[in-house]
Amino acid sequence: MFKKLLLITAIYFFSVFSANAGSDGELILKKNQPTEVKDCFENLNRATFAFNQALDGILFQPVANAYKVLPSSIKTGVSNSLDNLTTLVTIPNNILQGEIKKAGINSGRFVINTTVGILGFIDVAQHLGFPEYEKEDYGQSLATMGVGPGCYLVLPVLGPSTVRDATASVASFVGGDAWYNVTVANDTQHFSDFDYYASRVTSGIDFRAKNYDAIENLEKNSIDFYASVKSLYLQDRQQKILNTNKIIETQDDSDWDEIETQ
Amino acid sequence: MKFRNFILVLFFYLLIFSNSYSIEPDVFVQSTVNRASNILSKNISKEDKINELKVIAKETVDITGVGFYSLGSVRKNLDENQKIKYSELFESYFLKSFSSRLAEYTNPEIEVYGKEVLNKNYTIVNSLLVGTSDRPEVKIDWRIYTKNPGSPLIRDLIIEGLSLARTQKEEFSSILNSNDGDINALFKTLEEFTNK
Repeated sequence: MFKKLLLITAIYFFSVFSANAGSDGELILKKNQPTEVKDCFENLNRATFAFNQALDGILFQPVANAYKVLPSSIKTGVSNSLDNLTTLVTIPNNILQGEIKKAGINSGRFVINTTVGILGFIDVAQHLGFPEYEKEDYGQSLATMGVGPGCYLVLPVLGPSTVRDATASVASFVGGDAWYNVTVANDTQHFSDFDYYASRVTSGIDFRAKNYDAIENLEKNSIDFYASVKSLYLQDRQQKILNTNKIIETQDDSDWDEIETQ
Repeated sequence: MKFRNFILVLFFYLLIFSNSYSIEPDVFVQSTVNRASNILSKNISKEDKINELKVIAKETVDITGVGFYSLGSVRKNLDENQKIKYSELFESYFLKSFSSRLAEYTNPEIEVYGKEVLNKNYTIVNSLLVGTSDRPEVKIDWRIYTKNPGSPLIRDLIIEGLSLARTQKEEFSSILNSNDGDINALFKTLEEFTNK
């Protein structure tokens, strides 16, 4: 058992360090350029996208519409609680990405918000001056190690992803997500499977409600809604992987340079 | 001597004239959003709002430039007639799409807080759409084309880091790819959108 653990650790460190040696910000940026991501399963993706849209029309849209009318203090509280749960995935990924300081800050954030902030309902850490929270996941960690996104993928119910991100999310179900571990994976007395799945569904509704008008507007004004969602998803992923707020780092100027109209 | 004085006066005149007509990109964006905001808060019909917004868009957005950017490398293969037809179709499509997107907002409050000069042709202006109880605060960056400093033009809106021009370009590319690169398929889609 110990030998196996040692072997996994050795392989992990080898893959991390060898990937880091050959990868820098520019390479990661290039690999994750939306135009570089191939849509290898386009027909299947479009069919899944249509299914998801139908599901959205039946379930998420009406529920999100009702959710929107709740008092903003409740919505903010729910959103804070869900964010607080995601910290449990963010912290191990901070470590995987070598961001030990951020892992410490996020651990502090989790402890404070879970206790003083009443199960994360109030973002006390933010009031105390903690830096802005940035979510991390296993897909982003693989990307920073130099793993490319692979083909674009639309997952049933879950929506847009890539082969890398979808594969990496499996890590959450094999021990990489403490919230999953205490609800579904292990039979604890305090939580049940329902708590986990309820949090995931609420998270979907919260996202839909927050972006309600933007999504409706985009759908109404798109000539190819599937392509718009794909582009926006891949741009967003690129930005999250680079952890940058600087717009110019993710914008490709090359095509603009040739356009002369003045 | 008279001629030298004349040249000197002319030189200073041109210097002052060119400076007075140079508009700072951030001032340009703030004034544009203020104009749009005034229209959106007016007590007029949605159709009237859309028509007034189209006027602002024609004056402040480089519609031709955005159109050719959206087309990607395909633009290099178009003949003159196709370019003219595309520009006309794109303008109608853009004005309809842009104005109906904006018309959904009532009295949006946008605060310009910074800018970053990329080069002599481009400046990114940073702004914030102030949050309300219905929607969160939204960061909006504007790509301003400043080749002619006296007449800056908007070329892209980058909302929370997501470029609308890039999204549109990928939408057009998807339509072209699924029709073997046939530009007429894109023309037809644009026409259908404008006429719906």
